[in-house]
Amino acid sequence: MPEINLDTLTDMQFDVLKEIGNIGAGNATTALSQMINMKIDMNVPKVALVPLSDISGIIGSEEMVIVGIMLGMEGDITGTMMFLLKVDSAHRIVNLLMGTDSAPDAEFGEMEYSALGEIGNIIAGSYLSALSSLTGLKIAATVPATTIDMAGAILSVPAIEYGKIGDKVLFIETQLGEDDFLNGYIVMVPEVDSYGKILTSLGIEI
Amino acid sequence: MGNMIKVGMADLKICKAPDALTTLGLGSCIGACLYDPIAKIAGMVHYMLPDSTKIKSNQNIAKFGDTGIRELIRLMEEAGARKSRMVAKIAGGARMFAMSASVNLPGLNVGENNIEAARLNLSENGIAIIAEDVGLNYGRTIEFYAEDGSLTIKAVGKDIKVI
Repeated sequence: MPEINLDTLTDMQFDVLKEIGNIGAGNATTALSQMINMKIDMNVPKVALVPLSDISGIIGSEEMVIVGIMLGMEGDITGTMMFLLKVDSAHRIVNLLMGTDSAPDAEFGEMEYSALGEIGNIIAGSYLSALSSLTGLKIAATVPATTIDMAGAILSVPAIEYGKIGDKVLFIETQLGEDDFLNGYIVMVPEVDSYGKILTSLGIEI
Repeated sequence: MGNMIKVGMADLKICKAPDALTTLGLGSCIGACLYDPIAKIAGMVHYMLPDSTKIKSNQNIAKFGDTGIRELIRLMEEAGARKSRMVAKIAGGARMFAMSASVNLPGLNVGENNIEAARLNLSENGIAIIAEDVGLNYGRTIEFYAEDGSLTIKAVGKDIKVI
């Protein structure tokens, strides 16, 4: 299978990846809305190819502490997916989910970590379901892992995977709700040979 | 106290006393620091992957442990350092996400592979690692001082370490 080069994506390939982001985000917003019983607006997702040197800038800065929820993808496509959010957004969404009222700078306990994992499951499930429908490929998410740490350190994980095929990372920024209410970022990190599979299954040459 | 010079991801820089080098948010990447205590020249490479020979897209020298460390040595020697006097300190190579044992994804071990690459490439160059803070499961910010070769390590929720 010819290897994709993210540095030379054609407009059409980029548009396809954008469309996946769109549909995935739409599904995720609906699922989350139902979960927390609250209408969530969704802005049009921004899809960007960001140079390795700039990725922390997407969220804030390398040392900004953020929440990262990672899930593996398995089936016809392998790789990982990551959902990233600012700590105060994470508190807000956990509060909505659990009916609690923890402060934006409070520590996250076991229950909160669990709730975050659950949210990661829902988001990933939505995205992968969109991807499956579009491509006809079978993809499932694995059990999530959550960490709270510096953005640079968390982002090093997808950055390294992307680093194997170039010097840019594909980001899908999904802003749920208004203003900063629930600002989250999704990074899909298919393994190198899976990229090709995604695009060719959509009839796109690579 | 001189300037604090920033080293980014897949980047490398050298400096002379009284300046210092820093890199922020080291996750699975390694920050390899080299020091010539006589010339007071310091170098730091923040690399992401262990081995450039295993990857097709490998033009970026600082992205890899093998080419990054080699280039760092070369730049330091160009500035007046001598390899025979150099010592090394390394940090990073964490496993940021504790995925369950049943999940088998290659990317999860890259931290450990990066640590191995540091040991291998430094030993091949006859440079001893005299201090290290590697592995575990959290991110690190490091500062490396050319004045005395000390390495300061900061991590979320942990005391500052100097090694």
